[in-house]
Amino acid sequence: MGFDVLLKGNNMIRLLEGLWVALRISLISVSISIVLGIIVGMLMAMNRRVINAVTRIYLETVRIMPQMVLLFVVYFGATKALGINLSAETSALIVFSFWGTAEMADLVRGALISIPVIQYESSTALGFSKLQTYLYVIIPQIVKRMLPLSINLITRMIKTTSLVMMIGIVEVLKVGQQIIEANRKSSPNAAFGVFATILLLYFIACWPISCFSKYLEKKWEN
Amino acid sequence: MGEILTIKNLSKRYEELTVLDNISLSVNKGEVVVIVGPSGCGKSTFLRCLNGLEDIQDGTVALGGDIINPLKGNKSRSREKIGMVFQSYDLFPHKTILQNLTLAPIKVAKRKKDEVTKEALELLERVGLSSKKNSYPRQLSGGQKQRVAIVRALIMHPEVLLLDEITAALDPEMVREVLDVVLSLAKEGRTMLIVTHEMSFARAVADRMIFLDGGKIVEEGSAQEFFDAPQTDRLKKFLQTFSYDKD
Ligand SMILES: Nc1ncnc2c1ncn2[C@@H]1O[C@H](COP(=O)(O)OP(=O)(O)O)[C@@H](O)[C@H]1O
Ligand SMILES: [Mg+2]
Repeated sequence: MGFDVLLKGNNMIRLLEGLWVALRISLISVSISIVLGIIVGMLMAMNRRVINAVTRIYLETVRIMPQMVLLFVVYFGATKALGINLSAETSALIVFSFWGTAEMADLVRGALISIPVIQYESSTALGFSKLQTYLYVIIPQIVKRMLPLSINLITRMIKTTSLVMMIGIVEVLKVGQQIIEANRKSSPNAAFGVFATILLLYFIACWPISCFSKYLEKKWEN
Repeated sequence: MGEILTIKNLSKRYEELTVLDNISLSVNKGEVVVIVGPSGCGKSTFLRCLNGLEDIQDGTVALGGDIINPLKGNKSRSREKIGMVFQSYDLFPHKTILQNLTLAPIKVAKRKKDEVTKEALELLERVGLSSKKNSYPRQLSGGQKQRVAIVRALIMHPEVLLLDEITAALDPEMVREVLDVVLSLAKEGRTMLIVTHEMSFARAVADRMIFLDGGKIVEEGSAQEFFDAPQTDRLKKFLQTFSYDKD
């Protein structure tokens, strides 16, 4: 079946290291996206004309451009055009954060404007300060509403990190290809075993996140 | 019976639209004032100016001698002395009924959780909703939600309670259970300003009736004078819209 190649030498370790590269890039860019996305989303919800125009262009740009094109633009483009020397991993982090922030901001904006004004007003009438209103009334409701969509975004980001091999980062998929190439003669079936294993690895990485989300949804059902 | 709420020359404008035009009114402790008037005449705006939800362009609102609108600095402390219940359901959907009651006393008034919980349970008992303490707002009927909203305001020990058409969104059969609670509050001497379209309720509960129209107090008086002997044509016409005569 081609699983045997994984037991040769340090192939499995290499694969796991590759997975770690992909996960590291996702983890960092997801964290950046959440923080920046909340800030940008709050700005968007303020509904000011200039902010709306700028964020709209930003959002549309991100949605129109395939992530791979963005990667090339940043990695090769910045190096050439601006003379900045970005490492492949930095470029990847920039692109994924740029993308994640836009998507996250849109989720935050959507959740924010879906909270009825009366929630703010009745909090104010009860004597809550602005900060307390956000802390105890608005943010808990927003987090609940955003949870399923943000989990979806995060898993999408993790999966999309496999694109970084296009700019030379050796992540799990690239390692897999290398292993298959190296064993073309000895085990021609390696492709199946290696890719099946990678699939399983991605599953193991994303599964707990989606379980956690299900758990929270259940807990917050009311 | 001292004066508790004093409104002097209050004006409220939205750009060029004058919603409230130089209104003065004083309310005594324990008095129930019912405000009626055609839709859009500024009743809600008036109540919202009283607890500082709206800023005002002219005049002052004072509670027990302290000016609370306009107010510089931290408004939240003075707001907790004026409770308000709105027309649309405004309970916190992510909190249980009990938590809806205890959140503000604990976080705003910094009271002890045990003591607040005890009071909350007593209040729920009083409005017949003890069994709902661990339910969430969406599991309650409209009438039940409004009863909770009333006790959520009460638990802050407000000096004045503002009720803005709290039964307007309810199915008719639920109006009674909510208004009965309000009547019992009137009996125990709560100071309240009530906006309502329920005229027979108004008549029963009001110490004073006010007819608001065109941004001004057009007529005011005891419930009896107001309903049985209206002075102005505008009030007569307004009251006619509530009565039905066969030809
Ligand atoms: N935020 C606002 N901006 C502009 N106009 C408003 C605003 N809120 C209320 N108004 C206007 O003020 C008037 C009074 O409204 P409101 O106090 O809600 O009336 P009522 O409660 O008596 O039906 C209406 O003409 C309404 O259109
Ligand atoms: Mg109104």
